[in-house]
Amino acid sequence: MGLLSKKDAKLITDPLADNNPITIQVLGICSALAITAELKASIVMAISVMAVLAIGNVVISLMRNIIPSKIRIIVQLVVVAALVIIVDQVLKAFAYELSKTLSVFVGLIITNCIIMGRFEAFALANKPWRSFLDGLGNAAGYGLILIIVGFFRELLGSGTLLGYPVLGNPIPGELTGLYKYGYENNGFMLLSPMALIVVGIIIWVQRSKNKALVEDN
Amino acid sequence: MENRIDKNSYTIFFAIAMVLIVGSLLAFAASSLKPTINENKRLEKQQNILYAMGVNNNDEGSAVFVSTEEAPELFSKYIKKQYVIQDGKATENDQAYLIDVKKEQASAKAGNVRKLPLFIGEKDGQTFYIAPIRGKGLWDAIWAYVALDKNMVVQGAYFDHQGETPGLGANIKQRFFMDDFIGEHLLDASGNFKGIDVAKGNADPKNENKTDNEVDAIAGATITGNGVTAMIKSDLKLYKSYFDNLKNN
Repeated sequence: MGLLSKKDAKLITDPLADNNPITIQVLGICSALAITAELKASIVMAISVMAVLAIGNVVISLMRNIIPSKIRIIVQLVVVAALVIIVDQVLKAFAYELSKTLSVFVGLIITNCIIMGRFEAFALANKPWRSFLDGLGNAAGYGLILIIVGFFRELLGSGTLLGYPVLGNPIPGELTGLYKYGYENNGFMLLSPMALIVVGIIIWVQRSKNKALVEDN
Repeated sequence: MENRIDKNSYTIFFAIAMVLIVGSLLAFAASSLKPTINENKRLEKQQNILYAMGVNNNDEGSAVFVSTEEAPELFSKYIKKQYVIQDGKATENDQAYLIDVKKEQASAKAGNVRKLPLFIGEKDGQTFYIAPIRGKGLWDAIWAYVALDKNMVVQGAYFDHQGETPGLGANIKQRFFMDDFIGEHLLDASGNFKGIDVAKGNADPKNENKTDNEVDAIAGATITGNGVTAMIKSDLKLYKSYFDNLKNN
């Protein structure tokens, strides 16, 4: 039934919740802290990581039988770096505006632990189609958390979503919306430490809903 | 199988082959996309210059350029003259907008005389003198196109950056920050160059006093703001002699 077998579908659904790369494996935290001050940047980063991880997983999976184990990490690094550079160049040529929003984040993708982690843990041992699905799933799980964090940080920190003011006008003298009742933007939300706290809250909520995720000591 | 790919000779062969393949792939991608990328950059420059002199599609709160399709046509319509200033002499040069400010700054450091591009635009009977400037932000380069009148009063500005923090330093390219510069004086009351300070603890946050040489800073973006201040002071100062000559003639 359907396009995917049950086992294949799990590759996509698992990383969204019970095996989420950020909240469960605690990977890719650095970029989640760096870029989530704006929702738009979070979304663009999620999409580009998805492209790089899915294609990279397929490439590594295709090469899995010929990669010498001694230099496999270097091979993985070369693959992800090459992909990121190509993605960057293509964006600059055909989607210049978007590439400007992305600029630094594209470079950050190379250092994303999730990508190397999936290459090492999954693509080296699985066939291309399954690796592709695994890449999509993990990038989606990563992107989901990024978008949740970006949503709260931009909303509470700047009072906007995707750049549109949703809480009213904060300019002194012409206050509207919530600001009229004394609400003020929380500048702390825009700083990286707050992203860590928001991620922490998400982890807390997730584990209190699903006790199976809590480890016993 | 297992044995063969674990041999040192195979490992070395694999590494060399991989470097060659990936290297040529990247070189091919870079060289085939370069003309398109350069064209994008050229159009962006035209859009930026037009933006600074007020030819743009701004709506209520956001900074919107004229479209890339219209840019070349509008650029030749509004930009009347392009000058290159070197050694205090201004020579007309219709390719001045292709001058790379970054390269000029580097060559000035090496002891050469810097070429300063200046664009003269006319809109609704008003003359704009637009100067490109460049400096350092928190993470990477920041730059701007500043439109002045002949008294060195800012008529419009467009700021951009390479990689400032989103939500903080990156906000220098938001209208609420750029629009604050309009009407600010670069000279003090006695005509000496003073620049514009991006000031925190500004007594004038609504920016009503345009002759105080200060605009309100963005909270949490101190270093980017300082970069903007420094860039204005160091680069726009170089144009002062041109404006002095303009007034005397």
